[in-house]
Amino acid sequence: MIEINHVNKWYGPTFQVLKDCTTSVAKGEVVVVCGPSGSGKSTLIKCVNALEPIQGGDITLDGVKVNDPKTDLPKLRSRVGMVFQHFELFPHLRIIDNLRLAQEKVLGRKSDDATAKGMKLLERVGLKDHAKKFPAELSGGQQQRVAIARALAMDPIAMLFDEPTSALDPEMISEVLDVMVDLAREGMTMMVVTHEMGFANKVADRVIFMDRGEIVEDAKKADFFGTPRSDRAQKFLSKILQH
Amino acid sequence: MNYNWNWHIFLEPNPMGTGTYLDLLLSGLVVTVKVSVLAWIIALVTGSVIGVLRTLPSRTASWIGFCWVEFFRNMPLLVQLFLWFFVLPELLPRTAGLWLKQLPNAPFWTAAIGVGLFMSARVAVQLQAGITSLPRGQKQASTALGLTTVQTYRYVLLPMAFRIILPPLTSEFLNTIKNSAVAITIGLIELTGQARSMQEFSFQVFEAFTAATVLYLLLNFVVVTAMRFLERYVAIPGYITGK
Repeated sequence: MIEINHVNKWYGPTFQVLKDCTTSVAKGEVVVVCGPSGSGKSTLIKCVNALEPIQGGDITLDGVKVNDPKTDLPKLRSRVGMVFQHFELFPHLRIIDNLRLAQEKVLGRKSDDATAKGMKLLERVGLKDHAKKFPAELSGGQQQRVAIARALAMDPIAMLFDEPTSALDPEMISEVLDVMVDLAREGMTMMVVTHEMGFANKVADRVIFMDRGEIVEDAKKADFFGTPRSDRAQKFLSKILQH
Repeated sequence: MNYNWNWHIFLEPNPMGTGTYLDLLLSGLVVTVKVSVLAWIIALVTGSVIGVLRTLPSRTASWIGFCWVEFFRNMPLLVQLFLWFFVLPELLPRTAGLWLKQLPNAPFWTAAIGVGLFMSARVAVQLQAGITSLPRGQKQASTALGLTTVQTYRYVLLPMAFRIILPPLTSEFLNTIKNSAVAITIGLIELTGQARSMQEFSFQVFEAFTAATVLYLLLNFVVVTAMRFLERYVAIPGYITGK
């Protein structure tokens, strides 16, 4: 589904954020990307739907080359859902309108259909009663669930999560993770940048560990948590698992 | 000081035969309103386009925006009006220049366009500030949903940016009204112009300009009140300036 081949990316002339990254996410697979801050994991996931350009290598999404200038990027992006660290709901639109906007403007759905679809997804994330509210009237956890529903409303073939729980208060993390776990169990293809190792342990098929722009470890979940092969991954794990 | 105060002067007939002196001032007020509203529309429309250009990643776009803003804000308004009114017709080919000079109401149109373009540079900078004050993730979220750049600006960035800059835009609207008085120098008989002609006909200089002052104050008070209502109308519940 997602193929990342020898991807290189620089910020400016000298600073290389991604160094020869190669990995893939198969259909229905859940891949967790972790690593210390500044390791390039958020950058990598943003390259998948070309929010960030790459300077070397190739990324293919469902057979379509992302970094080909001829690719219709808006169309390609509309098929991949993305969830951000800071939710990024559109503050001037009511919750239901947040879910309707891209359905109508990008997919060309009729207003009634978009509303029906939106309400169904809001019900799924347990926020049907909040449809008429504005984003600022919801808690962080609720906003992130709306953001997930907004992405799902586009009927995506895969979902990208960029640290979806990092900006949340601890008691709100689980309500977001619950939605994500359900999604994973339904067979959604997911690439998730997160530090939630419990989530990784529960639903991930593979875990990728990044450090300084490189993919240091790319292993099956059991192997990663069992015996990570690199020193750096071991150190990282011992630090975040000790509490 | 030997000055004969005469507050009844406003009810005396003016020598133009167009009614009283008050009518004279009010006809000036009408011209001020017309030229200011037209100038403000020009400023808002062109200023918005230029403001958006300044935020695009394209170098050409931001270069055009830069040139526009620096050209119109770095020259005194008076000089700009002289330029459009006296110099431009001479620079054009003979027939075009003649056509321009013979335009009916030339001072009116020159003032509206001249003040409008001068103010457009200020609107552009305000809007640019409004757009760049939005979290970067807003554009990314919109792009990730498959919206095109035009749609992103139309449905996501501009609705928020304009809400944020509404208070400073109110000031710019007031500035437009006040700047329209400069048009007296190219022969537009607006409110300040009529106050001067009243002074010349009646020698009641203090009454004339007191009345003009009051009329400007009233006009600006109407604008401030209207903008305050607009601010309240578009406020987003729970968000910064929300109700």
